[in-house]
Amino acid sequence: MIELDNVAIHAGEFSLSGISMQVPRGHYAVLMGRTGRGKTTILESICGLRKVSSGRILIDGVDVTTWLPGDRQIGYVPQDLALFPTLTVAQHLAFALRLRKRPQSEIDDRIAQLAGVLGIKALLGRSVDALSGGESQRVALGRALSFRPAVLLLDEPLSALDESTRAEMHALLKRVKESTGVTTLHVTHSNEEAEVLADQRFELHEGVLREV
Amino acid sequence: MSEPVDSPSSPTFRRRSDTPFFLVMGGISACFIVLILLLLAADVVFTSPSDFIDALRKPEIQAAFRLTILSCSAAAVLSLWVATPLGYLLSRYRFPGRWLVDTLVDIPIVLPPLVLGLSLLILFHLPIFGWELEAWLRDSVGFPVTYQWPAVVLAQFSVACAFAVRTMRVTFDQIDPRAEDVARTLGCTRGQAFMQIALPQAWRGMIAATTIAWARALGEFGPILVFAGATRMRTEVLSTTVFLELSIGQLNAAVAVSLLMVAMAVVVLLILRVLGTGLNA
Repeated sequence: MIELDNVAIHAGEFSLSGISMQVPRGHYAVLMGRTGRGKTTILESICGLRKVSSGRILIDGVDVTTWLPGDRQIGYVPQDLALFPTLTVAQHLAFALRLRKRPQSEIDDRIAQLAGVLGIKALLGRSVDALSGGESQRVALGRALSFRPAVLLLDEPLSALDESTRAEMHALLKRVKESTGVTTLHVTHSNEEAEVLADQRFELHEGVLREV
Repeated sequence: MSEPVDSPSSPTFRRRSDTPFFLVMGGISACFIVLILLLLAADVVFTSPSDFIDALRKPEIQAAFRLTILSCSAAAVLSLWVATPLGYLLSRYRFPGRWLVDTLVDIPIVLPPLVLGLSLLILFHLPIFGWELEAWLRDSVGFPVTYQWPAVVLAQFSVACAFAVRTMRVTFDQIDPRAEDVARTLGCTRGQAFMQIALPQAWRGMIAATTIAWARALGEFGPILVFAGATRMRTEVLSTTVFLELSIGQLNAAVAVSLLMVAMAVVVLLILRVLGTGLNA
C-alpha cells in the first residue's frame, strides 16, 4: 500500500503541496497529467530520491518519509531507465539480490524465473548497450522486480516504444500485475494505457492531485 | 496564368573556393607544429648517441632517473586517491562552500611554481606557539621532509593532484548520475552506489588522471628546487638534473637528459591516446 499524506515538495522551479493519495495493497494505480507538472517528482519522492518538505509517505503502513531510498523496498523504473553500463543483463537482475546477500542458488533461480516472465532469456549474457528499446525496458522492469519489492513505481515506461512493442509491454505489465500482485503506481499521459491497466486513476492538474 | 512572385531571375553563377580558408587556418596552425618539431629536432641534432649514452651512464643521472620514476609514481597514485573522491563530490553535490573548494583546487595550477615551493617551505617551518611541523615530523615521527625525498613527492603531488581532480571531475560529469540513483532505490547506500556503479564506469578517467598527474610531476621543477633542494644523489630528479648540468656547463648532458624526458612524456601521451579518453583529443 502506498499512502501520501499532505505531502509538499519543493523542486527548483516548481513546488507541489497538499498531495495526498492512497493506493491499496495489490492495486494498479495510474497517475496522469500533462508533461512537466511534477508526476516524476512525486515518484522520486516516494522512492526517496527527492526530499519532501512536509507531510508523510507510508509504505504498507510504515512511515518511510525520512528513510534512505535503499531501505524502502521500492522497485523504481525511471523514464530514462538508467541501466548500468558496466553490467550484463543477468547482473542487472542479480544486483539487488547480491546487495541483500542472498545465496547464489536463490539468485540463479530468480534470474531464470524473471527472464522467463519477461522473455529475455536469450539476452542474459549480453551487455546493455546493444539492447533495443523494448529489451531495455524489460531489463529495467526485471531489475526493479528482482527483490520482490512491496511497491513498484513506473515512470512513463512505454512512451519511447513503438506501437507493437507497446502492445507487448501492455500484456507483460498485466501478467506482472496478476502474477506478483505488487502495488503499482504507473505514470503516463496515455489514456489507452490507463484503460488497459488501471484499477485506480489519479490526475495531477494545476498542482492538485485528485482521484478520478 | 500569372507569373509567380518569386520566379527565379536569371541567376548569376559564381563559383567560390574553400582554398583560402584552409591556407590561412593551416598556415597559422603549422607555425606552432613546426616550432615544436624544430625544438625536438634541434635537441636530437645537438647531441650524439655517444653523448646520450655517456650521460645516461653517470651515476648521478641514474639516481635522478630512479628517483624521478619513483617520486612521480608516488605522486600520481596519491593524486588519484585524493582526486577520485574530491572529483566525485564536486561533480555530484551542491554543498555550501562548493565554489570555494572549486576555486582552491585550481590554485596550484595558477600559482607560480616558485611561490608554491616557498609556501610549502614556510608551512613546514612556521612556528605555531613554539611548535613546528618539520621539527615535529623529524624529532617525534622520525620522518624529516624538507630537503629530503618526501619533499620531492609532496611538491609534485601539490600540482599533479590539482590536474587529477579536474580530470576526475570531468569524468564523473560525463557519467549519468541516474544509474546511481536507481542503484540506491535497489538497496545501495550512497557509498555502495559509488563503489559498484560510478567507479566501474570511471576507470578510463582514473587511468587518464593518473597519467596526467604523472606527466605533471615529471615536469615539476620550481617547487622541488625550493622545497627539496637539488642535492645530487638525494633529491635530484631529472628536471633538476637539467638545471644542475647546465649550471656546471655540461650542455651535452643537459640535452641528453632533456631528450630522455621528452621520450618519457611521449610515452605518457601515447598511453592517453591509446585509452582514447577524449581528454586529450
